[in-house]
Amino acid sequence: MEKKLSLEESRQRLTQIEDDLIRPLKSHKGLEIWVLFLLLMLTLGFYAYYLQLRDGLGVTALRDYVQWGMYISNFVFFVATSLIGMLITSVLGLLRIPWITPLTRIAETIALAFAMFAGIVIIIDMGRPDRFPYLFLHGRLQSPILWDVTVVTTYVIISLLLLFIPMIPDAAILRRRMQNSPKWQQAVYKFLSANWVAAPEQYALIKKSIRVLAILIIPTALAIHTVTSWLFASTLRVGWDSTIFGPYFVSGAFVSGVAAVIIAMYFFRTNYKLHNYITEAHFNRMGQLLVLMCFIYLYFNLNEYFVPAYKMRKAEGHHLEALFTGNWAVMFWATQLGGLVIPMLLLIFKPFRKPLPALIISIFVLVGAWFKRLLIVVPTQQHPYLPIQNVPQNFITYKPTGVEIMLTLLPMVGVLIVITIIAKLFPIVPIWETAHEQGIDESVIK
Amino acid sequence: MEENTHIPENDGEGRRDFLKKIGIFAGVGVAAAAGAVYVASDYEERKHPEGKKVRVLTADGQLVEVPESELQKIEQEELDIEDEMQRRGREGIPGKSWVMVIDLAKCRNARMCIAACQAAHQLRPDQYHINTLVMKDSEHSAPYYMPKPCYHCDNPPCVKVCPVNATFKRQDGIVLIDNLRCIGCRFCVAACPYSARIFNWFEPRDSEKYKDQPYDVELNVPQKKGTISKCLFSADRLRKGELPYCVSSCPNGVYWFGDMNEDVVVNGTTKEAVRFSQLIKDNGGYTYLEELGTKPRVFYLPPKNRIFPAPGEEQTASHS
Repeated sequence: MEKKLSLEESRQRLTQIEDDLIRPLKSHKGLEIWVLFLLLMLTLGFYAYYLQLRDGLGVTALRDYVQWGMYISNFVFFVATSLIGMLITSVLGLLRIPWITPLTRIAETIALAFAMFAGIVIIIDMGRPDRFPYLFLHGRLQSPILWDVTVVTTYVIISLLLLFIPMIPDAAILRRRMQNSPKWQQAVYKFLSANWVAAPEQYALIKKSIRVLAILIIPTALAIHTVTSWLFASTLRVGWDSTIFGPYFVSGAFVSGVAAVIIAMYFFRTNYKLHNYITEAHFNRMGQLLVLMCFIYLYFNLNEYFVPAYKMRKAEGHHLEALFTGNWAVMFWATQLGGLVIPMLLLIFKPFRKPLPALIISIFVLVGAWFKRLLIVVPTQQHPYLPIQNVPQNFITYKPTGVEIMLTLLPMVGVLIVITIIAKLFPIVPIWETAHEQGIDESVIK
Repeated sequence: MEENTHIPENDGEGRRDFLKKIGIFAGVGVAAAAGAVYVASDYEERKHPEGKKVRVLTADGQLVEVPESELQKIEQEELDIEDEMQRRGREGIPGKSWVMVIDLAKCRNARMCIAACQAAHQLRPDQYHINTLVMKDSEHSAPYYMPKPCYHCDNPPCVKVCPVNATFKRQDGIVLIDNLRCIGCRFCVAACPYSARIFNWFEPRDSEKYKDQPYDVELNVPQKKGTISKCLFSADRLRKGELPYCVSSCPNGVYWFGDMNEDVVVNGTTKEAVRFSQLIKDNGGYTYLEELGTKPRVFYLPPKNRIFPAPGEEQTASHS
């Protein structure tokens, strides 16, 4: 990588990279169908929300006992998945791990999209969304919800900067290369390129900014998921009343985040024909990273479930029995084995870290991660200290309704829309960083 | 983040404010009377230019004298009843420390308490501010009925987590909910280990009928869709010097209610008054799950020497 290229070679190589990475922005084959699908889902989602606003949260299966359900599970899942930005760009970036370069923008896009919509998910769960401003007008700092609002907002802002500041040189390149694009698109590039002329001082500034942000995002990311875990851990409820919820949630977050990035990598590699940029080696590395993350998460799972299970204290016993052998057993073991243990064991072997097997395994992991959140949120509420009596049967069981499922999908559709927009306006693999890594001198890249 | 930001403060507007207080506290009736006095004073003033004093009854029952010339008619729009109910609702009743004692030996699941409560708070049949549960502490212990209101904890987990100060603890020990403030996040429901809180998942019962009724924070009425509700120790009744709905409707003498500061509780059925501390001491009173550190204000007397059959036995008896 350190080999010096001649000016002519550099220019040629750069043009090749630009061509490869910008090409997907120009061809829109299949995009219409995809956008149509997203818009259809969006419309259905909005209709479901209209029903919920009109008739109340009672259109869901939530009732006085199971009163946090799919929406809150979804919220935890969204916050969790968004943590990947911090792991890839920040932790691995600061450690100067070289192979992450083509993955940083994918990770940041996922981080931003999920973090943004985490806030929307919470509004969907609110009984009185019209009173959302009260959080700022009458906010009480004692409440973990206020902490969550604060750190999620901070995280969204830092993620936004971590996505767009490294994009400044690329925006300048796009301005030059995308002159046939619509006026508004050129205006976007012009704005985002921020008068970039590839001067050494500008490079120095941009690198310093990225470094500062990469450091800032570590405590923020840890905070968002730790605080999210405290929404549960700060209560006296069996199954939530746990001291390890912070690290347990954070480690779980990296599992779903890495899986999400692998899925996105596969998609962009095949659809955008980026085989030379997102290589098998990247899948190999990300597969290894997923093994590590699964292993850490498994360790916390052991602590979270088997230590209380060893004691079987009365109230906890009911809860754990429901998970291990009761009405949650199928979901619990499918999630733990199919979404964590088996993927981890398979990914230890190199053939399973090839793109396609890694994709399939990652889908299992990501779906498992979603259901794992449901298993953390819902069963606890079915085992309060006092018996559930004199209420209709649907207060005790929890069978999500169609409206609820649609409104769980709605923010996911939102995430896909944001990712689609970003990946259609900007190269999903950073041009200048890739060029720089291939030994092209910075002064050439403009 | 200010607490109680919306509570109107005494802005020192002198006599108007003072008069407003008097008028509102004494209710519309007195307001009207004050208006009449004002009209009369118009005439009187001309007769006695130096001013004559009139006697007016304040909310806390004190008779005060006001110069007649200071009296002013209160316009209807100035009389914001809802604001005033909010203010006093958040403040509580000074000098009181409400406490409830539930004698488990006497409960036979008559459920009159539940009916009275649901009627007063405009609740649906499956919405409970108070619920009577069949309890069985361990495999070999006898079952018993346990009425379960909100425990109005002195270390309330629900109040701690509320992000907008919609649920709060008053000086008289009552934990209330302001349905005009609640955002419906339901964190308090998650936080309450006693499942005392309920949520208005749909449009509340008879909401159309009561939609013009001013909201009373001491009654949670009219109930508001998308917000929390729970037992209020009948704060509206206490303000009037009456026993809570559940307490006074019990036919079996299960409930005692009173003021810990005075150390007196009154039985809702027999109206007998006893020392609270003595009642607890003599009968082995306890609070439920006190190991959680919530410091409940509702005490239980154990189900010993029961005069009614235990749960289950009753049903078998009626079936045979």
